[in-house]
Amino acid sequence: MELYQVSVFVENKSGRLADITEVLSKNNINLRALSIADTTDFGILRLIVDNPKATELILAENGFTATLTKVIGVRVPDTPGGLSVVLRLLSDGNVGLEYMYAFIGKEDERASVILRVDNDEKAEQILSFNGIDLISGDAFNE
Amino acid sequence: MYYNKKIETMAREDMKKLQSERLKKTVERVYNNVPLYRERFDEYGIKPEHIKSVDDLKNLPFTYKTDLRDTYPYGLFAAPMEEVTRIHASSGTTGKQTVVGYTQNDIDVWSECVARSLVSVGGSNKDIVHVSYGYGLFTGGLGLHDGATKLGAAVVPVSSGNTARQVNIFKDFGSTILCCTPSYAMYLAEAVKESGISPDELKLRIGIFGAEPWTEEMRDEIEKGLGLKAYDIYGLSEICGPGVSCNCYMQNGLHVQEDHFIPEIIDPDTGEVLPDGESGELVFTCITKEALPLIRYRTRDISSLTHEVCECGRTTVRMSKPCGRTDDMLIIRGVNVFPSQVESVLLNIEGVSPHYHITVDRVNNLDTMDVEVEMSPSMFSDSVKHIQEKEKMIKQALLSTLNIAVGVKLVGPKTISRSEGKAKRVTDNRK
Ligand SMILES: [Zn+2]
Repeated sequence: MELYQVSVFVENKSGRLADITEVLSKNNINLRALSIADTTDFGILRLIVDNPKATELILAENGFTATLTKVIGVRVPDTPGGLSVVLRLLSDGNVGLEYMYAFIGKEDERASVILRVDNDEKAEQILSFNGIDLISGDAFNE
Repeated sequence: MYYNKKIETMAREDMKKLQSERLKKTVERVYNNVPLYRERFDEYGIKPEHIKSVDDLKNLPFTYKTDLRDTYPYGLFAAPMEEVTRIHASSGTTGKQTVVGYTQNDIDVWSECVARSLVSVGGSNKDIVHVSYGYGLFTGGLGLHDGATKLGAAVVPVSSGNTARQVNIFKDFGSTILCCTPSYAMYLAEAVKESGISPDELKLRIGIFGAEPWTEEMRDEIEKGLGLKAYDIYGLSEICGPGVSCNCYMQNGLHVQEDHFIPEIIDPDTGEVLPDGESGELVFTCITKEALPLIRYRTRDISSLTHEVCECGRTTVRMSKPCGRTDDMLIIRGVNVFPSQVESVLLNIEGVSPHYHITVDRVNNLDTMDVEVEMSPSMFSDSVKHIQEKEKMIKQALLSTLNIAVGVKLVGPKTISRSEGKAKRVTDNRK
């Protein structure tokens, strides 16, 4: 199953982030990973949750602009320079990386990384061909 | 179809004759009953007998909004209070409100103007007219109400507010004509969409919108969202209210009910009358009003006139849709900017929400203008770069239309207030 990130527009106004996380907790959405990109005027909150489609709808109902973005999740090889291996494979394959963020997996405490690339299909092919452990969307469902 | 074919298709010569007779009577009336007019005419050395035809209109002095304020509340009334049957008022954004009065004959004339307007856009006594203008001191509600009643249509006097209920009424009552402000029509279109009703399920076919400036792009949005054809109605309480002029179904300008209100276009700086086709300030002279016959009233609206016969067959003079008020005009670093220009820029960019708010300020003696624009789902993406490109595109489009650099700030959806009356789209912190 494909892995989707929920991207949310965050107005540059105090309390907006808290508003979003409150809506999520009220609706029993579990946050698995998050990152925020911000500029002087606005921010984009990027979330990995157990149910992306439902989260997108709940946020829209509560007046937020949210969208689903296909991303790639990898468990970083448990060796020195494990992340570099992943990034090198992508760059050698001419796959552009737009952004990434890391989190610690729940079960095995291994470092995992969410990657946003310009060519999902190609990236997945390269990574799985080279034995990198990809995270399926199901992994976040309870 | 005409409500009053004789008047609406009258030959120019005959109209001029009718106007001249009525103008002479009105000048006599104000000279004899209104101290301000007597003093002002005397000052200009004008006696009623000097006014022989409409050609002499240009020699009469202007009336300004401040004259109504200075004589508040009834100082310009030309009829005794026992003949007055209605009083309306417009809220002044600065200081006193403006009070206007009507005799029963004034109300009848006004109703006929609205009835003519309804017929000229294709309405008839078979229509169900849904009036969502505010009822009360504002002329919108009762004006459309009385006009639709005169036509013999079924009037639904909903007034403004309670939007969810309005949508149910559209559906259950089968409203065919909607009358309200264009910003409220946008709001209603949004409410229809949210309720999950398709515009095809509604019987709405005609919209008559006025009381604030709006753009062609807004017209498209309203027409799509409500499944109707949207027409302009124009008016101001000082002259009578909505119905002073209105589109016909050809939608090529607004036919002025010139047997009651003579329009002129003047240069707002020199006061000189401008020829057909030239833009300037719209000025009206009431020639049948009894309670408040204003002479050469400066509307502050920018428009132009044409006397060409319309394809609909009407011979009455047409005015162009007002493209802003001289009052609304913002002067930013010496450049004239109308909020409606900002709106049309936004509506022309695919996927950008038409709701906006302008903040004007002065920083280090330099005027700044910032436009808040709502982030819409189609404009949003997970990429900062992509959003910044959109932001830059909006800035660029505003710059090329307004000729000044404007700041753009993206804000959350529905954070800009949807007005139920005249939209408040500008905050000027320089004052
Ligand atoms: Zn016409």
